[in-house]
Amino acid sequence: MAGVEQSNIRNFCIIAHIDHGKSTLADRIIEKTGLLTSREMQAQVLDNMDLERERGITIKAQTVRTVYRAKNGEEYIFNLIDTPGHVDFNYEVSRSLAACDGAILVVDAAQGVEAQTLANVYLALDHDLDVMPVINKIDLPSADPERVKEEIEDVIGIDAEDAPLISAKTGLNVDEVLEQIVSKIPAPEGNPKAPLQALIFDSVYDSYRGVIVFCRIKQGTVRKGTPILMMATGATAEVVEVGYFGAGQFIPCDELDAGMVGYITASLKNVKETRVGDTVTNAENPCAEPLPGYKKVNPMVYCGLYPSDGAKYPDLRDALEKLQLNDAALQFEPETSVALGFGFRCGFLGLLHLEIIQERLEREYNLDLVTTAPSVIYKVHKTNGEMIELTNPTNLPDPSEIEYMEEPIVKAEIMVTSEFIGAIMDLCQERRGVYQGMEYIEEKRAVLNYHLPLNEIIYDFFDALKSRSRGYASFDYEILGYERSELVKLDILINKEEVDALSFIIHSSNAYERGRKMCEKLKNEIPRQLFEIPIQAAVGGKIIARETVKAMRKDVLAKCYGGDISRKKKLLEKQKEGKKRMRQVGNVEIPQRAFMSVLKLDED
Amino acid sequence: MKREELELYLHIPFCVKKCNYCDFLSASGCEEEKEAYVRAMLREIQSYREEARRYEVKTVFLGGGTPSLLTCAQTEAVFEYLNRVFHIAEDAEITMEVNPGTVTPEKLESYRRVGVNRLSIGLQSVHDKELKMLGRIHTYEEFLATWQQARKAGFENLNVDLMSGLPGQSLEDWTGSLHKVTALEPEHISAYSLILEEGTAFYQWYEQGRFAEGEELALPAEEEEYAMGEAAIQILEQAGYHRYEISNYALPGRECRHNLGYWERKNYLGIGSGAASLIQNVRFHHVRDRQEYIRKLTEPDVNGSGKAIQSAPRQLDVNWEKLSVSEQMEEFMFLGLRKTAGISRKVFAEYFGKEIEHVYGGVIQKLTEENLLEQTGNMLRLTHRGMDVSNLALSEFLLDEACTETEEL
Repeated sequence: MAGVEQSNIRNFCIIAHIDHGKSTLADRIIEKTGLLTSREMQAQVLDNMDLERERGITIKAQTVRTVYRAKNGEEYIFNLIDTPGHVDFNYEVSRSLAACDGAILVVDAAQGVEAQTLANVYLALDHDLDVMPVINKIDLPSADPERVKEEIEDVIGIDAEDAPLISAKTGLNVDEVLEQIVSKIPAPEGNPKAPLQALIFDSVYDSYRGVIVFCRIKQGTVRKGTPILMMATGATAEVVEVGYFGAGQFIPCDELDAGMVGYITASLKNVKETRVGDTVTNAENPCAEPLPGYKKVNPMVYCGLYPSDGAKYPDLRDALEKLQLNDAALQFEPETSVALGFGFRCGFLGLLHLEIIQERLEREYNLDLVTTAPSVIYKVHKTNGEMIELTNPTNLPDPSEIEYMEEPIVKAEIMVTSEFIGAIMDLCQERRGVYQGMEYIEEKRAVLNYHLPLNEIIYDFFDALKSRSRGYASFDYEILGYERSELVKLDILINKEEVDALSFIIHSSNAYERGRKMCEKLKNEIPRQLFEIPIQAAVGGKIIARETVKAMRKDVLAKCYGGDISRKKKLLEKQKEGKKRMRQVGNVEIPQRAFMSVLKLDED
Repeated sequence: MKREELELYLHIPFCVKKCNYCDFLSASGCEEEKEAYVRAMLREIQSYREEARRYEVKTVFLGGGTPSLLTCAQTEAVFEYLNRVFHIAEDAEITMEVNPGTVTPEKLESYRRVGVNRLSIGLQSVHDKELKMLGRIHTYEEFLATWQQARKAGFENLNVDLMSGLPGQSLEDWTGSLHKVTALEPEHISAYSLILEEGTAFYQWYEQGRFAEGEELALPAEEEEYAMGEAAIQILEQAGYHRYEISNYALPGRECRHNLGYWERKNYLGIGSGAASLIQNVRFHHVRDRQEYIRKLTEPDVNGSGKAIQSAPRQLDVNWEKLSVSEQMEEFMFLGLRKTAGISRKVFAEYFGKEIEHVYGGVIQKLTEENLLEQTGNMLRLTHRGMDVSNLALSEFLLDEACTETEEL
């Protein structure tokens, strides 16, 4: 960006609790800075995945560059980096934050500071960002900006005295936000003449241009023709194009220098060569050290993903590779299942991450999928001294070969207001949590410390936490290590045949309850067939629960519609369509839904 | 000249009032509207005068609604036009649906005069309590009066409709209906089970929970409904009625030829609003709205175009669809197998020019193994169990799209 002074660049993100208006404010900023005309504005410009629009959440970080003419008469470059809100995507948030110098904190004028607000603020502070509060939705009748200001100061401990009071929806006072971005968010630093040092914070794959690397230039300059080196992977290439981010498009420019956020394309075809978090440098004049990057995240939750149509296996592999490109936390390797055929064992950060990946595969890549029950990594110590790390329950050795097993334990910190402490303690108790202590961080807010088995929190712990605290509890955890545990494999037999895709590892004390619930759920999901179908749960060959799907007695369309057979045919077509979505296990047809239904046992 | 066979269906979409379970195309209407509708039908019949020469009409069926709501003059006019335009076979089966409470001895006399030789009487139940709940306009006594008048007028081919699986109905209620009706010795009995259709009063009641377990009008439990179906087969067969289709029973030789035509994919022409036709493998309906139907019949193009009915849709027609060979095969199977006699391999091979095994070998084997289908010589038919779960069995005969393409090659 020749001609742009570093002092006139602002790299920032917006952080907020879900629904507090982050994306709407981003839209306003883009609109007000004149990058887009009102006509070009589509609601929520930054959420460009269909999935994000529908769910109203941000999953992938999005970046956009706008130009703002400030009241002081100068032009400023704004690089706005949108961030995801959910705890599963903290990793994505970290990536985005590493590219910023400051953050706008959006707080709802009616709801005030909420759990996620805190989690995100702490993340931003961890990255040494200056946080600038904004109070949104002041047009709501229930808005109480003064109380919210106090809350921000008391709970978060940042100055909120001159926080703009805005309505992102109507555009009220958004101008003031723009002015404060200039005055409160620091300009980037860095020497454009130094050796190139750029942090990859994201990347996408484009079938024409190959890998497009998103980066923040910390030191030096990069332009077309610069020979680059990826410091971690060792890959080298020559830069084909550099540029910045328009709304939904890439705009080429001559060069990117220290302080800028932009993209690089190079002759990079292999997605594995560009790892998010890696440092890009000049191959001929490398910098001394790579940037610290950010901590590598390891998948916590594993499950099998299978294409409904076996022929789509290669498509699924391609799609996973593409997704992995800008989602380093996603891991996968091939596996096979008797019930489901060829598929992949995939690793995720959490259950929401799993769901999102699954939905993206289905929508963006048009794949119909079956998912198996999620699992964590267990350590199985065999009698012969060998130890295996188990991610797929089906691979559990025969019990006679197992000396003992270990499961991952997390150290959980749950922040909760005092009125919900009892409820949350009960929840942790139910999930085999071990109480470690509690501290009050202020009069009405405490942190509960627990050690919890990871497999107890991967299903629905987060949802349970939210519902039992009316959304106020926030939750963070880190892996503590492995502990010996009484674990068993729970198998499901349908019509006396074991369905490998439904097996999972569970603490022996919960096996009976979970087995019973699974049988009940499956009974409701498996349609009646020509014969009676027993559904059994077994541990080590011993049946611990049983349900029966009764045989179909009657299914007949009696009436004759005066020669109008179209209704008959429609009915038969519907029946046949339903069958297509079934998996054949032995001679029983199991709807794909059934495999998914057992993932959400605690909903009802 | 050898004429092709044709069946005629005439739809009379008028009722005194709509029954609570009914989702057929019908509604009450004033005398003027009825008259306008009949005139439109006459015009439609007239429009076929060129084409009709190619056909010999083997069956005529006036259905509804309530065809017996027509006046004697209206019925006679319809038949006058039919006879003028179509060549109706000497031995044609001519059926009229009648509802008790809408027929008089005079009307019955008039039906005889115009050639109606079969009546289908909507009874549904012998219990007045059930009739009332169904929203029928008659009692069992009134049905009996109609019945006796019909016999007296000389009708010797009568059908009675009965319905099982009704809200609040017990197995005894149902067998009671069957016994009472078989004692009258009708030539034909249609024994349907109730289907709750969206848009009916029953469906609303169902959604309101009035048919829930424990309520007075609880729908029979699955086992009980099943027993009702079994009881019908047993009682009717004992009384000499042969089950020739999923819901239809007849004394020997009294099967309804018109309805068999639907299962055997004979050519049939529907006259009146919403009426469905199958002509030379083209399926279409008329517009359902009867005002629209009347309006369209006043437009000039429907009058005697001279073109073949199936050559192109007329203004009157909707959902006009030429069946592919695969669709014809599907229909051949899922309609034909509704008959207890089943379908003939020979007829399939003659009609489609290939052995049935080439198309349905796998399905036949699978269904046979599941004991849903059986073969006796040339015939393939559903077993008793196959009839019970006929939707499941028949859906297997739908062909995949991919497979359809290869069929066409």
